[in-house]
Amino acid sequence: MQDDVKRLIIDYIKKEYLDEDSDQEVTETTKLISGGIVDSFSMVSLKMYLEKKFQIKIPDEKATPEAFDSVNNIVTLLREFVHS
Amino acid sequence: MAYSEKAKAHYSGELSALRGSGLFKEERYIESPQAASIRVEYPWGAGAREVINFCANNYLGLSSHPEVLEAARVALGTRGFGLSSVRFICGTQDIHRELEQKLSEFLGTEDTVLFPSCMEANGGLFEVMIDKDDAMIADRLVHASIVDGMRLCKAQLYNYKHSNMDHLEEKLQETQGCRFRVIITDGVFSMDGDIAKLDEICELADRYDAFVVVDDSHATGFVGKTGRGTHERCGVMGRIDVITTTLGKALGGAAGGCVSGRSEIVELCRQRARPYLFSNTVPPVVVAATIKVLDVLSRSTDRRDRLEANTRFFRESMTGAGIDIREGEHPIVPVMLYNAKLAQGIAHDLYEEGIYVIGFFFPVVPQGQARIRVQISADHDREQLTRAVEAFAKVEKKYGILGKKKDEIIAMYGT
Repeated sequence: MQDDVKRLIIDYIKKEYLDEDSDQEVTETTKLISGGIVDSFSMVSLKMYLEKKFQIKIPDEKATPEAFDSVNNIVTLLREFVHS
Repeated sequence: MAYSEKAKAHYSGELSALRGSGLFKEERYIESPQAASIRVEYPWGAGAREVINFCANNYLGLSSHPEVLEAARVALGTRGFGLSSVRFICGTQDIHRELEQKLSEFLGTEDTVLFPSCMEANGGLFEVMIDKDDAMIADRLVHASIVDGMRLCKAQLYNYKHSNMDHLEEKLQETQGCRFRVIITDGVFSMDGDIAKLDEICELADRYDAFVVVDDSHATGFVGKTGRGTHERCGVMGRIDVITTTLGKALGGAAGGCVSGRSEIVELCRQRARPYLFSNTVPPVVVAATIKVLDVLSRSTDRRDRLEANTRFFRESMTGAGIDIREGEHPIVPVMLYNAKLAQGIAHDLYEEGIYVIGFFFPVVPQGQARIRVQISADHDREQLTRAVEAFAKVEKKYGILGKKKDEIIAMYGT
């Protein structure tokens, strides 16, 4: 389940934020915000995507740049809200 | 005392962190009016020196134009210095309305409302226009003031890859269930000088029943055959629902901005936009001088034509000299260096050569895309432009990157 979620997020990030000709690798530890792949503006749409996909609401105070800075961090954040 | 040692230490730490990460901004002191050539004291105490200015938004060279200054002087006598009021109490003079009408004529729109700045126009517009049942679909590289405006608004936020029409179309399809969809873009993007595909955006807007909002701050006055802006350049005059723009760049450069477009939306801004309602009116001197700017621009296209010719000359000369610039047609000419320290070093050395430019790097531009942004003005003469090209070539040679392309520069300096 966790690997599926990671895959899903990585695919979304690649599709949404990287140009078609980009050679940028995205793994579960790649720095997303501090690495400049996802800016704080685009983070809003990533949050919205996750909320829709998992039918959850992530409070703004939890949606920090640190919490979104890697796929691993995002999965940790999701664990708080997704109950399987 | 509430401002404790703890608070002091906290704020000092914030400032130290900015300095440590190279993000601390230092101001240069200019001891002359804004112009192609200015007297700058940097660092403070070093004594003022004459440098050629390549980082002002003074695209048309109107910031210190004699007719504009005279109009300001006259207005100071006839309309006073300040109005000590917001617009709707006792801050609207006849000339405010006159300028709004002239801006509508110039931009080809139904109505216009002035704001203290375009930042505030963008900060106030979206909250007035749309609500939680609506969607904002913005280009990912829109200006920070639009981002702030969108954050103040309850509408759902989507963004599309920069100038990627397929991605925009996907977002329009995703949001079909919303009441209103608003496509939001800069007309010209400030860091790259590239022009939004407004013709294609308008086609998509028509097909998917969406509005179009354009911030044309880096275009009003000079982009398009008669300088009306990006909508003229792209052949979509009359098809942009709302244009926001600034009086603080090509149009004299003092202050102020506006929302211009569909009359109902403009009127709602007058009634409800918070930065409009709770900010002082634009000073009469600025209003009168900007009316004169529009008169000058409506009388002749000489200045925008000269700017276009200067831009072409500079771009061709830079490329011919072996300098890696981002291609385009706009007077924003990004000189690509890819590495932040390299951009800072080259800007510093150019200043020593009498060329005033600034380096831009992450987070202002994406990681690995550090650059120097050169801005051309109609007031530069050929000698000044040639001096800048020669200085760039000399300094780039010193750093060993003259004639080198992206991969080679990155191989030498990294990103």
